[in-house]
Amino acid sequence: MSINSGHLVWKTRLFAAIVVTTNVVGNFALSWGIKHGAAMDGSAWSFVRVVFDPWVFCGILLLSVWMLSRMALLSWADLSYVIPVTSIGFVLNAAMGAAFLDEKITPMRWAGTLCIVGGTILVGLTAPKSEAT
Amino acid sequence: MAWLFVAVIVISTVSSDLLQSWEMKRHGEVKDFGAGGIGRLLKLLLTKAPLIGSVVFLAISFYAFLALLAVADLSFAVPATALSLVAETVLARLVLRERVTAARWGGTALVAVGVALLAV
Repeated sequence: MSINSGHLVWKTRLFAAIVVTTNVVGNFALSWGIKHGAAMDGSAWSFVRVVFDPWVFCGILLLSVWMLSRMALLSWADLSYVIPVTSIGFVLNAAMGAAFLDEKITPMRWAGTLCIVGGTILVGLTAPKSEAT
Repeated sequence: MAWLFVAVIVISTVSSDLLQSWEMKRHGEVKDFGAGGIGRLLKLLLTKAPLIGSVVFLAISFYAFLALLAVADLSFAVPATALSLVAETVLARLVLRERVTAARWGGTALVAVGVALLAV
């Protein structure tokens, strides 16, 4: 397969989407679990018990998928491509906060969101894999 | 104290990503996504020193972020992440010898500014 063929570009986009989704939903599940039921009192037992909370367990599973899919993505795509492209997760995290945790989105945050989306598109349009120099 | 935690976060995040990227490039493109392929990825994660180091640095970054939140506002803590975005692109160019085009520099700078604005 030639470098940056159509197949590689689409595979890269698919894996970038998996990396972002599992990270955002995984972090949300962890956060939800900790805030709703999986109480931690600082004792060693509470650190073990919290893992068996369904939300926390689900979050850990999703973050495991995040780790493996990111490893796979980095096996062919440049780090300088993966980092900005997957930063769209910051926007989705803010959106999840607004939708489910009743957080306010200020005009400054909208400006930040636009910058991130613009930056992600700009980098996303470049070839995922460069020749080493 | 807050700036010490910021430094730990940036250095450990950058180290984690550089190690992961370097080892996975050395391994070569992953093409098998069946159960066997995922098993091999897991084995790789548990046996290759750079990947184990990557997870250790990720854990350091995570706990340093929690420690930072204990002494500083979230509006200060999040832009620290933006700093690591820029540092990683510079080091991807210098250490991993990636060809970073003008579009990538511009996009990365926009993302970094955006992350900082999200925290305002």
